[in-house]
Amino acid sequence: MIAVHINGNVKQFEAKITILALMHKLDIVHNKIALEINKEIIPRSQFEFRLLENGDQIEIVTAVGGG
Amino acid sequence: MDLLNIGTRSIGSRLIIGTGKYKSFQETGRAIEASGAEIVTVAIRRTNLGQDVAAENLLDFIDLDRITLLPNTAGCYTADEAVRTLRLARELLDGHDLVKLEVLGDPNTLFPDVSQTLIAADRLVKDGFQVMVYTSDDPIIAKQLENLGCVAIMPLASLIGSGMGILNPWNLQIIIDNAKVPVIVDAGVGTASDAVIAMELGCDAVLMNTAISAANDPILMARAMKNAVISGRDAFLAGRMSKEVYRASPSSPITGVMPAANKNDKNN
Repeated sequence: MIAVHINGNVKQFEAKITILALMHKLDIVHNKIALEINKEIIPRSQFEFRLLENGDQIEIVTAVGGG
Repeated sequence: MDLLNIGTRSIGSRLIIGTGKYKSFQETGRAIEASGAEIVTVAIRRTNLGQDVAAENLLDFIDLDRITLLPNTAGCYTADEAVRTLRLARELLDGHDLVKLEVLGDPNTLFPDVSQTLIAADRLVKDGFQVMVYTSDDPIIAKQLENLGCVAIMPLASLIGSGMGILNPWNLQIIIDNAKVPVIVDAGVGTASDAVIAMELGCDAVLMNTAISAANDPILMARAMKNAVISGRDAFLAGRMSKEVYRASPSSPITGVMPAANKNDKNN
């Protein structure tokens, strides 16, 4: 069991999962987001390899309307 | 053609618009279309977790073949936050390097924190970004930002979202006269005449959001702003006549005027 923080919310998973698996679980279209783990930007090309670790602080952002 | 050159890009429209505060993404898309803008700003925010896959995304309503996105740092109060936000934006937009830097100093006035802005601009330029920078109308700060390598200087005309128009044309004029990169009025435009005045002063472009999105008819206002920016630019290039204070000058010939037959006929 691991627990990670995603956009400030705690999420638990049975085991370590990849970012790509996380995207599927959260129903996120991954070409419309950018993601950082512990303030390090993770390139989209790494999503299928990078595993989430217990305690990771994950931020997922997208473009919204703004001036 | 009278193109606007910003960094390595050449842009056909001198109107840049924001995408915030519209009633719907459909309305945003139609306003962009009506404005003729080729650059539109977007903000970077946390995604809503748990939204369904079919949920609409702003990017689906913008013709990305025609429009250049300009990610901003709205809501950032430190250089660190601003740099972090734009690095995420670059990743989000597949290496896109043209960005709008704004570091705010106060949540009520949204006045820029120019010392943090200078720090962020320096770091972003060194990191390969093409930085368009929101700043105060202080000509010295404007020059310092240019010297750091910013590709456009974007002084406020008045407070963000206030619609108060151009409060200090004199400072803007000093900035314009001294700048070697485009000067773009960013913030404060309320209606079409404000945009015309900015362009007549010699601004290279105008950036606005609320003036369009908060109009009763945003689509019509988008068109009005398109025309205003074109009019103001043309008037600037044409060069206005000099002002003759208290000296009228008739436009019609003063010779060949038929004499009044009789003084008493005058009021007939």
